[in-house]
Order: sequence, then structure tokens, then C-alpha cells
Amino acid sequence: MSLRTFTSRFVRAYTPARVAPFQFTRALATKRYTKEHEWISVEDNVGTIGITDYAQKSLGDVVFVEIPSPGQAIQKGEQLGAVESVKAASDIFSPVSGDIIEANEALDSEPGLINSSPEENGWLAKVQMNESSELEGLLNEEQYKTHCESAEDH
Amino acid sequence: MLAANLFKKQAVQCMARRTFASASDNIKKTALHDFHLKNGGKMVPFAGYAMPVQYSNMGVLASHLHTREKASIFDVSHMLQTRLIGKDRAKFFETLVVADLHNLPVGSGTLSLFTNENGGIIDDTIIMQQADSLYVVSNAACADKDLAHIQKHLKVFQDKGGDVDLKIIDDHSLVAIQGPSAAAALESLIGEDLKDFAFMNGRFITIRGVHCHVARSGYTGEDGFELSIPTPDVVNITELLLSHPDVELAGLGARDSLRLEAGLCLYGNDLDDTTTPIEGGLTWTIPKSRRETGGFLGAEHILPQIKGGVSRRRVGLFVQGAPAREGAEILSPEGEVIGKITSGVPSPCLKRNIAMGYVKSGYHKNKTPLKVRVRNRVQEAEVTKMPFVPARYHK
Repeated sequence: MSLRTFTSRFVRAYTPARVAPFQFTRALATKRYTKEHEWISVEDNVGTIGITDYAQKSLGDVVFVEIPSPGQAIQKGEQLGAVESVKAASDIFSPVSGDIIEANEALDSEPGLINSSPEENGWLAKVQMNESSELEGLLNEEQYKTHCESAEDH
Repeated sequence: MLAANLFKKQAVQCMARRTFASASDNIKKTALHDFHLKNGGKMVPFAGYAMPVQYSNMGVLASHLHTREKASIFDVSHMLQTRLIGKDRAKFFETLVVADLHNLPVGSGTLSLFTNENGGIIDDTIIMQQADSLYVVSNAACADKDLAHIQKHLKVFQDKGGDVDLKIIDDHSLVAIQGPSAAAALESLIGEDLKDFAFMNGRFITIRGVHCHVARSGYTGEDGFELSIPTPDVVNITELLLSHPDVELAGLGARDSLRLEAGLCLYGNDLDDTTTPIEGGLTWTIPKSRRETGGFLGAEHILPQIKGGVSRRRVGLFVQGAPAREGAEILSPEGEVIGKITSGVPSPCLKRNIAMGYVKSGYHKNKTPLKVRVRNRVQEAEVTKMPFVPARYHK
């Protein structure tokens, strides 16, 4: 199931009747992006965070992912984890403040999930948010797309 | 030998500031710039040049493995090519580098080091003995300081009546082809067997009518060649090499992981002007004759270290957990900081993390268990011999 599909305006506008109840709940999830290429999908004040498809393509084959320890508090902008490819190490920063409630342990044994499924199975951590207004400063899908395109043009 | 490490930060910059790929006004381009773009080169600033970090048809990992399995072409035209002429050229240059140039046969080359008065390394360089000159290739990022250094000493030498001069070779581009298929690719263009052409030798070869200098050398640990090609013909010759079915293009990304697996130093990371050849594990570059007579800058600091020892040494490390990159602290088993990582990468061939760094003497022996700190986590490491991946030079 693609998070992106269910947050796109097109899907919401034209397919609501076909959406099953569970999926409908997901459709309410809000997905936002940072300029630094993290994504966050928020549902019931819990933000699932990862890096975008654009970011994984830029990094290349991910060989190691450092995931955070659940139970810790994190401030917006603090380091949540890191991804390592042959080419580079990239820090992942939390786009929101809150408590880390879950980390994606599958990434320990299968770091390649970041490449194969960056915005679904390759999620990094879930954060119980303190301040939902923090989402307002982030990019929506369209703004993020524009941001990536302008980065490519440079 | 490549200096600086801008490209390694490329992805980080991309994620943080997205400033990396902009070709600003004063950035230099090699003669292959348009060729790179046409072939999907992802250009990044490196040592003042726009250089491909990788190409769109292959990631860094695949490109690395392709080079070890078949062959890859690297544009290394950003490197500084110079020539020393005049009958006193060897005498002059021996005052600046640790090599024995009087006893280097024509057609042979050597890795050498420019040293400073304190015994530090100004740059590493390849010097080839030619019939009428010394052909010298040094790092792009060190080009300005190398030239200033040579010219300063050149003037003094000339003023004393020495017969020597320095020519910058700016009408030739430099292209490397590296990997087990490199010889076959070059042989197919020249219709000539290169079996008797051994590693670290150079010769002039006419490639499809173009007079080139070819050195059997490289920066990957593989067999290969570095071709100095008249710039008007470089695109054509590169395309001809690329037309061989085994050959792909490779960028700075693969070049860095390849050289690190081969245990080769990156100037600016693993060597700098505060590091002596002995600390850097490059004592072997100082031949016996130069150990006896000295005569190069800083010899009075460097030579006693061969017997007397040094306080720190460059080592290779295997690292568990996250890759330890440049700047990561190295700790003793007891937790004392004993050095720093200068280069590190997840090795594509070994599927484990490899690194180079400097440790306090005493901790440098093979298999010494150490620790490294990566993002505030302490991980296990172990000293190991280099190269990490055995070299396959053509002897």
C-alpha cells in the first residue's frame, strides 16, 4: 500500500467510494516532507518517519542504518538516525518533537529496505508527537516535488 | 592520491543544503565535461573542477564491482601533469622528493612524496623517467601549492646555475582505464600485445594515430593504464575505449572505495603536511640510497624515524557496526582516545567496513583489538594489514 497514493489529492477526490474502511483511515494520514528529504506520515498524532525515494536514489545502495532507541524523547531537528551507503553517511533528523515509540528493527538485518521501499517498509521510526503545529512548517507533496526538481536543475 | 574529499560529502550536502551540483562560474571543466553529461555523469565540485561522482547507468556499488570484474574508465584530467627538463633535472628534483631518480631506469615510474622542511608530506606523486625528462603527475587539489613549491626551489637552483626547467603539460588530458579487462580494451585499439608492459612502467603508444603516453598504473589496486592524450583527441580515444563491451565509465565515488580497498592513501585525508612518510607507512618510498644520503627537504626529521620510530602510525582497520568515516575517534580497548579515522567505507568486495587511520604506536600491530566511536556509539574494530583486497598489478 502506497502512502503516497493515499495522500494524493487525486485519489482522495476520485476514489473515496472504493476505499475500504481501514484504507480510509490511512487516507486521513497527513504526509509531509522536509527540504532535507525526510518524510513524515502522521496518523492519530503518531508520526512515522523515513527518508524519501529521492534521498535513497541520491545515496545509492544503503548498507547500514542506525535506528534510534524507543523510549527516548526527541526534539525537532535532533538526530533520529543515520543511513550509510558506499558513497556517504547521511544523518536523519526528526522533523517533529515527541517520544520515540518504535524503531524499524527490520532495517538492522535488511538495510536495503531503504532502497527498495523507502516510503513504506523502509520507515525508520515512529514518534508520538507533542506539537502537531510543527507540521505546518513542513512541505506538502507538491512543494516537496518542486523542491526536488529545483535541486536537480542546479 | 586524489586530494580533498568533497564528493564524499556530496550526498550529505544534497540532503542538507542541495548545493552540490551547481556548476558555479569559476569551476573548471575537463575536456570530457560534455562527454560526461552525455553519458549521465552526475557532476560534483572536486578540487576546483566539475567531476563525475557516478553515472546514471550504475550506482557506486555496482560501478566498484564492475571495475574489479571487468574495467572502468575514469577521467583524471584534473590532476596536474608536469615535466622537468634539463640535464640537472634529477639532481634538482631529488631535493624535493624522496625517490632515487638517478637510478630510475628510462620507462620506469615510482610513487614518491614531496616533503617539507619539517618532514611532512606536501603531496604524493607519480614520477616517470623518460629519455629526455621527468614526467610528474600530482594531485589536482594540491596543484597550486605543488607548483608554487617547485617553482620557489627551482628559481634558487637555476640562480646557482642549475640546468633545469618546469613545464606544465596543459595540452594533454589524463584518462585512466582500470580493471582486469583494461589491457584487452587497450590492446584492441592498438593491435599490439601488452604482456611485456609491466606495472609502474610507461611508454609512448600511438592509439588510432594519436601519440599518447601510457603508464601502466592506477589508483584501484587493479591492472590498468593512465593515458596522457592530446586534448583534441581525448573524447575520441575515450569513446573508443568505452566501445569495448567490458568497459563502463566510473566516477569519483567508485574511485574512492576502490583505492581504499587497495590500501592507497588519499592526500588530504590519509596524508597531509604534518604527516611524515614514516608515520604514513610509506617508508618503502624512500630507497636505500636516499636513506644513506638524504638530501631531500626534512630528511633530518624523517630519516631518524626509520630506526628511532614514530609516535603514531597509519593502520588499516576492520570496523563492526556502522562504517567509521573520516574524523571518527579511535579508542584503545580501555577507552583512551588513541587516534582518528582518516578514510572509511563499507567495502563493496569484502561486505564489511574498512578504514584507515592513525593510532598511537604500540596499537598498530596486526590484529590489535581497538574501538571506534561513530555518532557517539562505541564499536569494535581490529587492526589489519593492507591492502584490504589483494592488488592485481601486472608484473
